[in-house]
Amino acid sequence: METIRILSELANITLVFSTALIFAALGGIFSERSGVINIGLEGLMVAGAFAAAIGTAYVEAAGAYGLAPWVGVIAAMLFGLVFSLLHAVATVTFKANQAIIGVVINILALAVTVYLVKVLYDGAGKTDTLNAVFSKVPIPGLSQIPFFGEALFNAYPTTYIAYILVPLSAYVLYKTPFGLRLRSVGEHPGASDTVGINVKKYRYIGVLISGVLAGLGGATITLTTTDDFSHNTISGQGFIALAAVIFGRWHPYGAAAAAIFFGFAQAIRNFATLFDWSRDIPTEFLYMLPYVLTLLVLAGAAGKAVKGPAAAGEPYDPGKR
Amino acid sequence: MDKWRNIFNPSSVFVPLGAIVLGLISGAVIMLLGGYNPVDAYQALFEKVFGSPYDIGETIRTITPLLFTGLAVGFTYRAGLFNIGADGQYIMGMTGAAIVGIKLQLPWFIHAPLAVLVGALFGGLWAALVGYLKASRGVNEVISSIMLNWIALYLSNYLLRALLLEPGQQRSYFIHESASVSIGWLSRALENARMDWGIFIGLIGAVVFYFLLWRTKQGYELRAVGLNPDAARYAGINIKSSIVKSMFIGGVFAGLGGVFEVLGVFHYQVLSAASSGYGFDGIAVALLGGNHPVGIVFASILFGTLTYGSAGMNFSADVPTEIVRIVIGAVIFFVASHGIIQGIVKPFLASRRKLDRKGAA
Repeated sequence: METIRILSELANITLVFSTALIFAALGGIFSERSGVINIGLEGLMVAGAFAAAIGTAYVEAAGAYGLAPWVGVIAAMLFGLVFSLLHAVATVTFKANQAIIGVVINILALAVTVYLVKVLYDGAGKTDTLNAVFSKVPIPGLSQIPFFGEALFNAYPTTYIAYILVPLSAYVLYKTPFGLRLRSVGEHPGASDTVGINVKKYRYIGVLISGVLAGLGGATITLTTTDDFSHNTISGQGFIALAAVIFGRWHPYGAAAAAIFFGFAQAIRNFATLFDWSRDIPTEFLYMLPYVLTLLVLAGAAGKAVKGPAAAGEPYDPGKR
Repeated sequence: MDKWRNIFNPSSVFVPLGAIVLGLISGAVIMLLGGYNPVDAYQALFEKVFGSPYDIGETIRTITPLLFTGLAVGFTYRAGLFNIGADGQYIMGMTGAAIVGIKLQLPWFIHAPLAVLVGALFGGLWAALVGYLKASRGVNEVISSIMLNWIALYLSNYLLRALLLEPGQQRSYFIHESASVSIGWLSRALENARMDWGIFIGLIGAVVFYFLLWRTKQGYELRAVGLNPDAARYAGINIKSSIVKSMFIGGVFAGLGGVFEVLGVFHYQVLSAASSGYGFDGIAVALLGGNHPVGIVFASILFGTLTYGSAGMNFSADVPTEIVRIVIGAVIFFVASHGIIQGIVKPFLASRRKLDRKGAA
């Protein structure tokens, strides 16, 4: 009985860590499927985590307690959108190198947000601790199911949003004309242009969706895990999300599964003292796991090497069609 | 004469200079929005850098790792590879040097060179792994480098914890005196600034960078692969070995950056939760320097000066040091999106040309 309780709790914590990764990874999929590599996910998450803390803090101070975290979430998505717009302008309109701009986004987002925190909080390196953060909401009925109830249906609101967004993303990408067009500009922009698809428009949309979703991912970490924002609120989750995109082969279900697995690796560290077998694993190896697995998948250790969208990384130049 | 004109042709000068100006302006605007005085802030920055012999020495110390990682990124870029993994190579360089510096006991004339060599090799091999994955498995070097950066961080922490950690500390034991590459007399001359051989080796590295790429057959092949891999393959150049070779050399540069940080500056290595960021700054340096050794030297001086001076900005003008990170980020943004600068400069040039023509007529 005790083991089952621990396992369901482990599953529950896994989902807490995974949710943010799922959002950012879904964002990464939209961007990369449209042909724009987004290694700026980390920076977009930083932007979201910051805006969530500030938005929540202001509404909380105004007294609207229940509303505050939701305002934080919206602020996060908007701030993520702003930084991804910078990405899109540079890479789509000005045909800048996508990897370099991703690095720029990571540098700028961290610098701008920490700068703003210091401006707003009189030189302090972190925001005040938030009170009006999300708390776990058990779903009536479902949360009573043995094991699965505690594991899946006693979660933060953001996790429930993730339950909806994953299938929704898969539907949008694979069952709608919009999704087909978005994927086509990532595979063969020249051909898409020929049949009348506005390549730049779809790439803008792809990148901007990644900003909104990665911002939501950042907000998730602020509002469910750290309860404040500082320079190390986001420390590598954006890169793990990028790994999840690749490990999940640029598909929403695959990426979500990968994100859950990586979240599990993260959660197990919190449980490392509970099981004998996990005590012997150096924590560094658990930290490394997502990255090592992604490398192995890319290198085709399990058979065929994995390739992403064919035109990802290439600025579209109509003159070269 | 022609060669110099090539280095300093309009587009190779306007874009970086325009980007620096726009970057500094961006920083000034953000300071104004935050309620700071940008003039005071930039003044404080330069007073900090040139304030005392100690500060000049420490500025040089700050420039050194940027120079190395800049060379690391620039070299591979010439071979058509984007080395975003200089960060990991830098960490591996630190670790290699630390292991040799702490675990071995040798006479100084063997110990220091061996530690430098092993660190460089660690960095080189870490990068060569990226090259191998690209050459033989077709793995995009950007993605594999990002993954290897994090793996390097945790692997290095693991090795540190398992082999080198001083009990009760978050850092390794100190390296033996015989492995140190500090320059005592120079430090004493500069009020005990931490001076070491790194900056000199870095400048030699820039010369080696030039000779390897423009004065050897291998370098010619690397550049050919970088400019047009298909044409290079058709011409009989072995692309795969070129990729691995250029990554290895880039990794050696980045590794050396880490080596001198351990052997020359700190004399120990710390457990770190996040990367140093030098590898990413190296991208900024290489890009601003046009991937040319001369440009990289100047760019590393600029970014090193800004970075060290930011402490002064914080101290006397109370501006958060992050403003310099914003300036650096903005500079790379504008260099990478050079269309923006050309858009600003072109009409200006065109109108001048028109005026010239009118004047002639």
